[in-house]
Amino acid sequence: MYYDPFVLPFTLGLNILLIYLIIKYARWIRTFSTEDRQTIRRNIFTLKTWKAGKEVFLESLVHHKIFRINPFLGYMHLCFGLGWFLLIVIGKIESLVYHTSIFNPPYFAIFFRYFHPAKETFPGSNVFAFFMDLILLMILSGLLLAWLKRLYSKALGLKRTTRHRPFDLLILTVLWLIFPLRFLAESFTSGLRGGGSFLTHTAGDFFNSFLPIEQLSYPAWWAYSSALGLFFLLLPFSRYMHIPTEIVYIFLKNWEVRQGKHFSGISQFQLYSCSRCGICIDRCQLGSSLGMTDTQPVYFLKKLRHGKEHSILVDNCLMCGRCEAACPVDLRLNALRLTQRQEDIRITKSTYEYIRPAAAKTTAKVAYFAGCMGHLTPGVIRSMQSIFHKAGVDYTFIDEGGSICCGRPMMLSGNHHTAAIIQEKNKASLEASGAELLVTSCPICYKTFKEDYRLDMQVLHHTEYLDILLREGALHPHCSDITTVFHNPCELGRGCQVYTAPEHILQTISHRIATAYEGKDALCCGGSLANLHISPQQRLQLAEDALNAYAAYRPDVLVTACPLCKKTFSQPGSSLPVQDIAELVDGQC
Amino acid sequence: MMNFWGFSIAEARVIDYDKNDKSLAEMLAEEMPTTRLCIGCGGCSATCTAGNLTEFNIRKLQMLLKRGETKDLRDQLHKCMLCGKCLLVCPRGVDTRKMILFLFRQLSEQDHNS
Ligand code: SF4
Ligand code: SF4
Ligand code: SF4
Ligand code: SF4
Repeated sequence: MYYDPFVLPFTLGLNILLIYLIIKYARWIRTFSTEDRQTIRRNIFTLKTWKAGKEVFLESLVHHKIFRINPFLGYMHLCFGLGWFLLIVIGKIESLVYHTSIFNPPYFAIFFRYFHPAKETFPGSNVFAFFMDLILLMILSGLLLAWLKRLYSKALGLKRTTRHRPFDLLILTVLWLIFPLRFLAESFTSGLRGGGSFLTHTAGDFFNSFLPIEQLSYPAWWAYSSALGLFFLLLPFSRYMHIPTEIVYIFLKNWEVRQGKHFSGISQFQLYSCSRCGICIDRCQLGSSLGMTDTQPVYFLKKLRHGKEHSILVDNCLMCGRCEAACPVDLRLNALRLTQRQEDIRITKSTYEYIRPAAAKTTAKVAYFAGCMGHLTPGVIRSMQSIFHKAGVDYTFIDEGGSICCGRPMMLSGNHHTAAIIQEKNKASLEASGAELLVTSCPICYKTFKEDYRLDMQVLHHTEYLDILLREGALHPHCSDITTVFHNPCELGRGCQVYTAPEHILQTISHRIATAYEGKDALCCGGSLANLHISPQQRLQLAEDALNAYAAYRPDVLVTACPLCKKTFSQPGSSLPVQDIAELVDGQC
Repeated sequence: MMNFWGFSIAEARVIDYDKNDKSLAEMLAEEMPTTRLCIGCGGCSATCTAGNLTEFNIRKLQMLLKRGETKDLRDQLHKCMLCGKCLLVCPRGVDTRKMILFLFRQLSEQDHNS
């Protein structure tokens, strides 16, 4: 029996942690709705589980998404994630080869160098020793980068690094101590008894030349075990809770458990999966344009998790999704924030009685819906009408006489119940038209039509529709050397994943300039109705900064595809002309 | 009321601005300074999605509120759909949509307390 009292701190810590996690997760899973449970049951024995496993490897261990942000930062995370994992797995295999029993206690592999008499070799013992040293070296190099990041975060590609609580700094210190202590313990033992490889063996000899390692070796093992045990005990109360939770979340996500409108079990998993990596901080224009540095998801989730006051943070977010698109853990950050907005509008049955179904049944297959915002940019409507005419499309203009709101702005204020009533009214008048295809000019309408309305007709945003018309040859663009930059509206791009259609259109009818704000990296115009906190003046600042960022590429026209974006961009009084993509297409065909 | 000739005389309607309860208006001005900038141009009402379909005038409600007449506000405000168009057209930078949300929250709080 291999045993020594110094393994106790580690063993106790590990067991307490495991029991705590099992109880906590079970309680969250118990709150899952029946549908969620059914979805899990349906998906658990499918390829999705395999996919989740792969994602766990790539995200939780390799951290490949962080590599895209900065290779050094990625390497640092890889060292901790994959490095620690390999240390455990290879250590376990090594201990199995030596001992051959599967049932050797966990601590045996962790403290293998202590228990293994170095002179006794076993198959591949040198190779194992070499690899274990290599991995330890890798982790220690990652640690060095982590220190560097604390001192000087810009070196690792982050303008700002997350501000932490004192408690988080305590556990950070414990984590940082673990590997140097392991290094010391193994080196001292190696210096004393031999064993180890290029790193620990050399270091052991070196330490032996000037340190009383005979007295130091045993306490070093105690210290190493205690650091591990303390880390496990502190973990549930710190941000490192993300390590185990993220793994469970990745499985739940792949099994298609969705974040709904209300705070639920899956929200808890997300809350605790945030690693506080701080990548969301630099993505947020509220920070870069307005100097608001406390509202980004990392801080919002932290406040939520620790039950701190967060009412302003709940309101202060454009829900532009820029942070969500970059979050390496793939958290549903907008939906999470929305769960915290309260229903504070009490309406009665008669409140919206004034809304009457407007559209009458027509024979046209295509219905055009400008949206209430669309009526603020009549130029876009005129262009769409002209395009329908040029392409010879028989269409009906559903909201020609003015439209009611689609309900999404109401939803974004947290009033789901009220929004649902508006949506019902709107749905009735849309479906009354009897059309097969609905084309809308407003991405806000588009998103909610697709996600919430369950319409019995196909819905397209005019960008997608114009792309189809161009591809089918229904429109005949003339050659043009006009240069364009595209501003993809938040609700269209990140919101509805429409990326290729506008790109293709602009390539066809203009000379499109690629910018640093393509696809998922598009900026927010600042007009977002989802922000319930900032003032019109602050919106203006956001719009101005975004305009300047685009104007730096010196296009002839800044093209967008949203009446709200167009209207917002027209306010700062910039000299850069802003057009909707429909207006551009109309002008070029 | 005497109705001798087939006509009646309307009860005198006196609004005593000094006696009106202006607490909500004061709170609004305090919390949201941009609401003081309104010049009553009516741009918000002209574009208003709800106002184009029914009797609902957001400019007028603002004016009444400032005078301390909150009855209409209570009766009407919930007709707003929070579409945000008023915010986009206001030439003075009044944060109308946030003002409406603020008033919703205040009203529902008052209802809650009473
Ligand atoms: S929300 Fe995502 S990006 Fe932001 S700190 Fe958490 S894990 Fe990182
Ligand atoms: S959604 Fe946009 S505004 Fe909100 S925190 Fe993320 S980046 Fe900032
Ligand atoms: S548009 Fe602005 S300034 Fe004009 S009445 Fe409305 S709130 Fe007042
Ligand atoms: S937000 Fe309300 S008041 Fe303003 S335009 Fe829309 S419906 Fe009218």
